Amino acid sequence: MTDATNTAPLTAPVPEAPAARPTRPAVEFARSFAANRPALFGLVLLIAILCMTFLGPLIYPVNPYDIVDMPFAPPGGEYAPLGTDYVGRDILSGIINGGRATLAVGAAAAVISVVLGILMGALAGFYEGPIDAALMKVTEFFQILPTLLLAMVVVTVFGSNLYTITAAIGIVSWPQVARLARAEFLRIRKLDYVEAARTAGARNRYLIFRVILPGALPPLVVAAGLSVGSSILFEAGLSFLGLGDPNTMSWGLIVGQNRNYLLDAWWTVTLPGVAIFLTVLAISLVGDGINDALNPRLRRR
Amino acid sequence: MDPVLQIKDLKVEVDTGTAVHSVLDGVTLTLRRGQTLAVVGESGCGKSMTALSAMGLLPDRFRIAAGQILLGEEDLVQVRPQRLRALRGNAMSMIFQEPMTSLNPVLTVERQIAEVVELHQDKTGAQAREIALEMLRAVQIPSPETRLAAYPHELSGGMRQRVMIAIALACRPRVIIADEPTTALDVTVQAQIFRLLRELQMQTDTAIMLITHDMGAVAEMADEVAVLYAGKCIEAGPAAQLLAAPAHPYTSGLMACTPKLRLGRAALTAPARGLGEIPGMVPPLGQFPPACRFAPRCARATEKCHATPPETVRLGPDHETLCWHPNEAREAAPAC
Repeated sequence: MTDATNTAPLTAPVPEAPAARPTRPAVEFARSFAANRPALFGLVLLIAILCMTFLGPLIYPVNPYDIVDMPFAPPGGEYAPLGTDYVGRDILSGIINGGRATLAVGAAAAVISVVLGILMGALAGFYEGPIDAALMKVTEFFQILPTLLLAMVVVTVFGSNLYTITAAIGIVSWPQVARLARAEFLRIRKLDYVEAARTAGARNRYLIFRVILPGALPPLVVAAGLSVGSSILFEAGLSFLGLGDPNTMSWGLIVGQNRNYLLDAWWTVTLPGVAIFLTVLAISLVGDGINDALNPRLRRR
Repeated sequence: MDPVLQIKDLKVEVDTGTAVHSVLDGVTLTLRRGQTLAVVGESGCGKSMTALSAMGLLPDRFRIAAGQILLGEEDLVQVRPQRLRALRGNAMSMIFQEPMTSLNPVLTVERQIAEVVELHQDKTGAQAREIALEMLRAVQIPSPETRLAAYPHELSGGMRQRVMIAIALACRPRVIIADEPTTALDVTVQAQIFRLLRELQMQTDTAIMLITHDMGAVAEMADEVAVLYAGKCIEAGPAAQLLAAPAHPYTSGLMACTPKLRLGRAALTAPARGLGEIPGMVPPLGQFPPACRFAPRCARATEKCHATPPETVRLGPDHETLCWHPNEAREAAPAC
């Protein structure tokens, strides 16, 4: 075996024919998403909420911790447009400034749960056999624990600051993602193109992350989006139970601190509650839209 | 011609949990540089298992029990998995049957060709891209620059198979195993793909192992032929000789199964002949007859065939068969 022939030019002259530039999947995706009214509405709502949280403090520069009026001032008052809470703090400012922490916790917790879930699901689905069995037992262990209770225990034990809360939410919500990822990996690893990549000399790490994962992403992207929504609800739930970080303004915190006065001063609980509701709704609509936009492409393949 | 890939007395077994069955029983093949070896046989004869053994990619529960697979000087049965992985796609590569499903639907053509190059050679992104483009030109895809960015679903079946060939050839392997590369394609596209493979083979001196059950493809491509039946190599020899005078009744049976068009005068004068068939089926694993494995389906089988395993008969310098009653002349295979 000499290498002399191996370096011979392989190029053969080819008549050039103009080929139509194929539609990029991203363009196709955007078109399909834009045709979906509810998804578009969700996207607009989400952008509005993001604008409010990040630009709001510049337009309405009231410190959310300052006492601006008497406690329980109803909405439409002179000093607080949306009323005040039980110590007289401005609810509108609370909603504007509390959004940052709520969204950050939601997004970070979703990232934790998705990364952890994909990692566990990918390894379980790719290797099958004993590794799969072991990882799935771990997953099941986390699944059978009551999630809110587990998160409460984590927060009580390790202290209620934003990091613990984020980690707690991430830890209790990854099993669903892991199951989804495992199912996708089990399906895709049997496909011919994975075997073809193996015959091309790909090692397992390459197969998992570069060959199989891209094909498994569509449902996982949707799951990631939706888990931002559920993480926000989770954070609100913890705050409502009094386990939120008392030093950081968040929507859940406002609801939690005022929950005893719900019947006397409805606005203190309802308005931040509406903010949570709208955010989760927007995220769900967008997630649904992404799902619908990705699926027809899968069906056409 | 120097041999590139030699399979010697390969025995493969499958462990079903309840029993161990022999899948390949003493298969011996030689693949020479710049030549094409056709491995022929019905489904379930062990053609694909031979290929997968050579690639070191036998499915779970299958294992090589004995034999050697020599790629150059290296015995692939003995080498470490890491070494095997380095050889795969680099020194030997494979073209699959289904171009529709063998390409990753979510990666562009460029990524998929460059991927092999990056796995085996120290090439940066730009160099890999250059090679991808060169390979697309080599497999004669029109406007290769545009096609680099295409996804598999935007290509036709023939184009996809060309991309598969481009991937297989990207690292200039010494051996290409083509597992029924044209069964999923139109007849006209088949001819194009075969012509392309032959051209590329001439330019690069690659050895091709062509796995097929299509005798037409054998006639078109092969220099050498090996016929497998129930895990045994029952006839092997130079293609011209073997096609002209098949010695084993199974080989002549396979050839009789190929439909032939009679055109022009021949259609009027030649006697209408029905399409031949081989009665029965390949015996399932673990139920191989003890003596000649083809005996139950063979028209020529005698007591001896059912009692004693056949011995190798030499019919020419390289032409061998495993049969008690080989065809002596060409009368048993008319019109071939």
